[in-house]
Amino acid sequence: MKITIVALRVLDQDSALKFYTQTLGFTQTEDMDLGGMRWLTVAPPDQPELNILLERVGPPFVDGETAAQLDALVAKGAGGTLFFQVEDVRGMFDRLVDQGVEIIQEPIERFYGTDIAIRDDSGNQLRINETTPTNVPWPEDSMTARAQAAAE
Amino acid sequence: MTPEQIVHLRRAKDLVDRSYAQPLDVLALASHAHMSPAHFARQFKEAFGESPHQYVLTRRVERAMELLRNTDATVTDVCFEVGFQSLGSFSSAFRRVTDMTPTAYRATAIGYPPTVPGCWAAQWTRPVGRGAEMEKPPPPPRK
Repeated sequence: MKITIVALRVLDQDSALKFYTQTLGFTQTEDMDLGGMRWLTVAPPDQPELNILLERVGPPFVDGETAAQLDALVAKGAGGTLFFQVEDVRGMFDRLVDQGVEIIQEPIERFYGTDIAIRDDSGNQLRINETTPTNVPWPEDSMTARAQAAAE
Repeated sequence: MTPEQIVHLRRAKDLVDRSYAQPLDVLALASHAHMSPAHFARQFKEAFGESPHQYVLTRRVERAMELLRNTDATVTDVCFEVGFQSLGSFSSAFRRVTDMTPTAYRATAIGYPPTVPGCWAAQWTRPVGRGAEMEKPPPPPRK
């Protein structure tokens, strides 16, 4: 079994498409009218088999009031989160700042690498990590730390 | 509340998350959200459940908790690192949020954090304000 599509609620599909393709360099992989629903997907540049569905939720899938509540949650920043991995997170951070992307967190070294956090154009949180080892130790009881200890 | 207003409020909240150590007051946050201070304060609390001032304090205390857990920095250094202007205001806010002094918290938090990414843990272990009553921090790990 494998994951092929992850759905991400967005507030405006055209704006989201522009953000993911032009700002993050994703590839548009589908765009079709399914009769009441626009099926719009993008894929990360280094992972073409994983599609992200840029989804607008509304009637008849959910009633209008529920759709408005979901939109409000996304706008508040309580919608979805995606985690990405890149080779040079600091370089990417500088590029994103130059592009005017909303920054939540500047680069910070964690035990799992160095990460940043940004918002997409809808308010979804995107965490971008570079896995180059840092000096921050893994928690001793993590599965990763135990596996590393067993391998040594 | 319109989606546009919510977006402005979220951007102000993100500013606190990003720049918690800067001198952020309601006036500055309201300006960032393109609202009057009184309107901003009401709308922020309605959207996120706590006042902007309380959110700033809670965010700073949350960062202080992480520094106390994971570094050897002195309490004084942590106080100024997270944006407080005096040890008195830091101790007062810390005690109000965690019901402990910074030194006592550090002693109980050895071995923390949990085994999830620190960025994520920070969001899930953030102390939550409920008016004057604040939740206690997560318990120390099992021995």
